Amino acid sequence: MVDLSQYLPILIFLIIALGLSALFVFLPMGVARLTGAHNPDAEKLSEYECGFPAFEDPRSQFDVRFYLVAILFIIFDLEAAFLFPWAVTVFDLGWSAWIGMMIFLGILTVGFVYEWKSGALDWE
Amino acid sequence: MTAFFQSLGMNYEWAWFVATVAGILLIALPLMLAVAMIIYVDRKVWAAIALRRGPNVVGPFGLLQSFADGLKVFLQETIIPSAANKGLFLIAPIVTFTVALLAWAVIPFGPEAVLADINIGLLYVLAISSLGVYGVVVSGWASNSKYPFFSAMRAAAQMISYEVSIGFLLVCVILWAGTSNMNGIIEAQRGHGLGIVNGFFFNPLLFPIWVMFLISALAETARAPFDLTEAESELVAGYQTEYSSMSFALFWLGEYANVLLMCALNAILFFGGWLPPLNVDLIPWFDIPGWIWLFAKIFMFFFIFSWVKATVPRFRYDQLMRLGWKVFLPLSLLFIVLVSGWLMLTRYGVAA
Repeated sequence: MVDLSQYLPILIFLIIALGLSALFVFLPMGVARLTGAHNPDAEKLSEYECGFPAFEDPRSQFDVRFYLVAILFIIFDLEAAFLFPWAVTVFDLGWSAWIGMMIFLGILTVGFVYEWKSGALDWE
Repeated sequence: MTAFFQSLGMNYEWAWFVATVAGILLIALPLMLAVAMIIYVDRKVWAAIALRRGPNVVGPFGLLQSFADGLKVFLQETIIPSAANKGLFLIAPIVTFTVALLAWAVIPFGPEAVLADINIGLLYVLAISSLGVYGVVVSGWASNSKYPFFSAMRAAAQMISYEVSIGFLLVCVILWAGTSNMNGIIEAQRGHGLGIVNGFFFNPLLFPIWVMFLISALAETARAPFDLTEAESELVAGYQTEYSSMSFALFWLGEYANVLLMCALNAILFFGGWLPPLNVDLIPWFDIPGWIWLFAKIFMFFFIFSWVKATVPRFRYDQLMRLGWKVFLPLSLLFIVLVSGWLMLTRYGVAA
């Protein structure tokens, strides 16, 4: 049975940290209005593009390899998620647990080799 | 601390609550102070390596430089570009800074001095530090500007790439310590090297893992030589380009808090955390409080971080991805097999 009460300080920390950061963001906005520093105009509020007005929509197409990296990340991060509980129990469970995980790693390594060979990990 | 507040006449629940809040503030506020000072240290180290003086005007030896900068930034106007998604634009720095603070909840400063002594401490740190990528991606997207957008794409790909190998490297440490509780990991390093040295770095199987972890930590926090997310010759200031005032400063604070966290993890996982470096009882050796040792180790690692930043040229993006996916990932997988196999042989034995 998990004792959830030891996670309560983390929840309180989350609330305090959120409050602190929100204060840091919103308090200067208020202060700037009081001191007169808040003085926006259209030029100031335009997005930065080396002094030009923006040529096109910045959210344009980007390289598909960023997607590829994200998908690979999901695979290997899931693998790591399986490894963490295994790492603390393997010495109680014995060789069958070790060999089982090695087979699992082996299957993923086959996939990894395939990705490597098909050029998914190449950047130019 | 709970007992102290109980002695003031509170009942247990209130005493616990007040003690917890005090503990949180005792972590968060000195952390922010440490970040301010560490930025100063960073600048001084770069200056010394480049034969410059560095900040030396504000306060004695320029010690108050960061606070002057903070005050200046605080009084400036917060510019929200008209093309930006306003809500997301303001949420991004909040997320970055909150996440950077939150990971410190499980860092032990001494045998008892830890806010949440949870049994999955290391997994928690990994989970929280991977949330940091949201702040970056959201800021890049919400700015609705080219440079922040490209920088956010780069940063996201870079951070998740190195997180994979960091995850595998941490599994090796957990295998050796037999627990992912932070204090448990530190205790497992007591007298690890021939009964003399406190720390896993002495271990021939874990030393290469520490080297990989240090480099991955540099990449994960986007420090030089992996600071492609804010390569000023290509991307102006990266995903922070459109930010100003305190929301800009929050990215800096969050970044340096993450750097300090990575230094602390290096110290805790491989260099014995709050244990003194040697397990020999020199006269007042073990009487020095644990947090002094931890801080000294964090400072040492931070010096290494600055040193690297001042001396190593920046990577190219394809080199960065190659290092992460084609070198560190296979190596860290190999080390999981080696470390777990070796430990099975020595701890469990050949006979099943």
